[in-house]
Amino acid sequence: MLSPTLHLIVDGRRRRARRHLAVIAVLLVLIVVIFALTLSLGQSFTPPGDVLRVLLGENVQGATFTVGQLRLPRAVLSIIAGLSFGLGGVAFQIMLRNPLASPDIIGISSGASAAAVFAIVVLSMKGPAVSVFAVIAGLGVALMVYGLSSKNGAAGTRLILVGIGVSAMLESFIAYVLSQAPAWNLQEAIRWLTGSVNGAQLGQAAPLLVALIVFGGLLLSRSRDLEALRLGDDTASALGVRVSATRVMIIVAAVGMIASATAVTGPIAFVAFLSGPIAARIVGNSGSLLIPSALIGATLVLAGDYAGQFLLPSRYPVGVVTGALGAPYLIFLIVRVNRTGGSL
Amino acid sequence: MIAENLKSSPRWFVPARSNRTRSLWLAGMASLLFLLCALSIMIGTRDVALTDVVAGLAGQLDSIGQAAVNVRIPRTALAGLAGAALGLAGAIMQGVTRNPLADPGILGVNMGASLAVVVGVAWFDIASAEAYIWTAIAGAGCAAVFVYTIGSLGRGGATPLKLALAGAATSVAFSSMVIAVVLPRADIAGGIRSWQIGGVGGATFERILPVLPFLAAGFAISLLSAKKLNSLALGDELAAGLGERVAVARAVAALGAILLCGATTAVCGPIGFLGLVVPHLCRLLVGVDHRWLLPFSALGGACLLLAADIVGRIIARPAELDVGIVTALVGAPFFIWIVRRQRVREL
Repeated sequence: MLSPTLHLIVDGRRRRARRHLAVIAVLLVLIVVIFALTLSLGQSFTPPGDVLRVLLGENVQGATFTVGQLRLPRAVLSIIAGLSFGLGGVAFQIMLRNPLASPDIIGISSGASAAAVFAIVVLSMKGPAVSVFAVIAGLGVALMVYGLSSKNGAAGTRLILVGIGVSAMLESFIAYVLSQAPAWNLQEAIRWLTGSVNGAQLGQAAPLLVALIVFGGLLLSRSRDLEALRLGDDTASALGVRVSATRVMIIVAAVGMIASATAVTGPIAFVAFLSGPIAARIVGNSGSLLIPSALIGATLVLAGDYAGQFLLPSRYPVGVVTGALGAPYLIFLIVRVNRTGGSL
Repeated sequence: MIAENLKSSPRWFVPARSNRTRSLWLAGMASLLFLLCALSIMIGTRDVALTDVVAGLAGQLDSIGQAAVNVRIPRTALAGLAGAALGLAGAIMQGVTRNPLADPGILGVNMGASLAVVVGVAWFDIASAEAYIWTAIAGAGCAAVFVYTIGSLGRGGATPLKLALAGAATSVAFSSMVIAVVLPRADIAGGIRSWQIGGVGGATFERILPVLPFLAAGFAISLLSAKKLNSLALGDELAAGLGERVAVARAVAALGAILLCGATTAVCGPIGFLGLVVPHLCRLLVGVDHRWLLPFSALGGACLLLAADIVGRIIARPAELDVGIVTALVGAPFFIWIVRRQRVREL
């Protein structure tokens, strides 16, 4: 027989766990629905039956090309990239305890993007080599930001500010490299400045998926320590977390994910920035933010790309849609912070 | 009391300079500006000999060199003016927000001006130069208020960190919106670059003339608020104790900076980091007194932008690099240096 207090605690814990699972389930359903919509309804409508048969590898007249070659790679890439951005972004936000400190603000995404542009335009690299180069460069940038900000111990504040400076420098480097390219190609420029899944191919998804599984697994295996970091470095180390080691591990994992996604789609603006806070709103204090945030990232990219293609008056790459979402979110942040004064 | 206060805030503490040293620096800076103007006219895709420069300045158009001189004169004038405006605006913003990291580029003010102009061109068919400038100034003003509001929310008020983050996030959002507005319009999409990265290429006197009254007003308001900024630097309570109406003083000085940023962005597009670097360098030369700092920042800004423009023409020959890229490449490391050097207040 449990004492009443214990009963209350157990009960609350169960309720929170149920809510957490429910949130994840709802998000998964949402992703599947949008995924199905993306596959069947574009410029023309393909009946769900045909879509299914194409997915199973059959050759359907008039559907194999549109669904198999155009829509499927795009949707798959959107989901994987969205998962990577959402997961990597929230890891940074939790670690630095600041909802504004996402990888796209502090230079990680622009580092990977700059590396990808350099690899493609100057070194004429292709395919997975670009991704590897981008991951290495992303890690290099993260190390640089970390190193430059560590003076009497790395202060979170200085890390963010240094990141903003590095990010500005890298963005002008991207602009420089693109302006030296034989032709200033607007579509390519937009990909590397704000992100796009135009011209996606299924072959690009495989290395991305591997990176997501490896780095995502690494990150999720550390999720307990990451949650402890939310309470502050001192509290975390009192709870037995090795703060510096955890930090390095999280940075490696998050950067790896974000950089490999960026090497393919470009830094899809604000997905890493928005996913975490949205997840925090939905999940509340019922559990870890990591998986919900990853799922929200996927939803954002998938829905943003669909909206950019078909719902808006003209066709936009996904990064422009998600980037424009950032402004209303900032206004929302004003309202919310005014009320609570809290952070993520 | 005042001296104590200055000493207790090491970020701002630079030993006072005698007026003689300052005058010497002023003369040095003016000669540097003259030299850079001359270089800016001589150097480019085609270097021009001194004789041709003199002939070109006199209005002759007989050789290619003289024609080049004729094209480069308005460009040089624009670079000088824009640099002076941005340097001054940066000094004002750092004074108004009492924030060493304030800069019209970092705080998203220039991007706001850029977005406003793009929206005006694409949706409201603005065409006249005056309309451009008014729109840009309105955009700069809105962006400044927006970023400052976000940055000063919550505990601790407008810390450097929160302002910089709010500015960076706003810049990203605005920059996406610029693309979103311009992309569907094939007729103006070619100009998308110039609204994302500032440059002074292709300047003509017809484009510069309409901005001059706005710049003049901005310069006047800014330079006249030097004394008020000195009081504000002591902290709000002390300034109020000295009889300053703090909010009004802030608003007026900020208006001067916004006029300068908006007018500059209307002609050149967004140029960042100049307003950050210049006031810090000038503070090293002449100290923290805004009556000296402001004119120096204007002069220094002109010098730096001219230099950046010249460098942009040299390193990317035969093409040229937009000056906005050069200032960011130079300015961002400087930003990091300031962040490392100073004890930035914790969030």
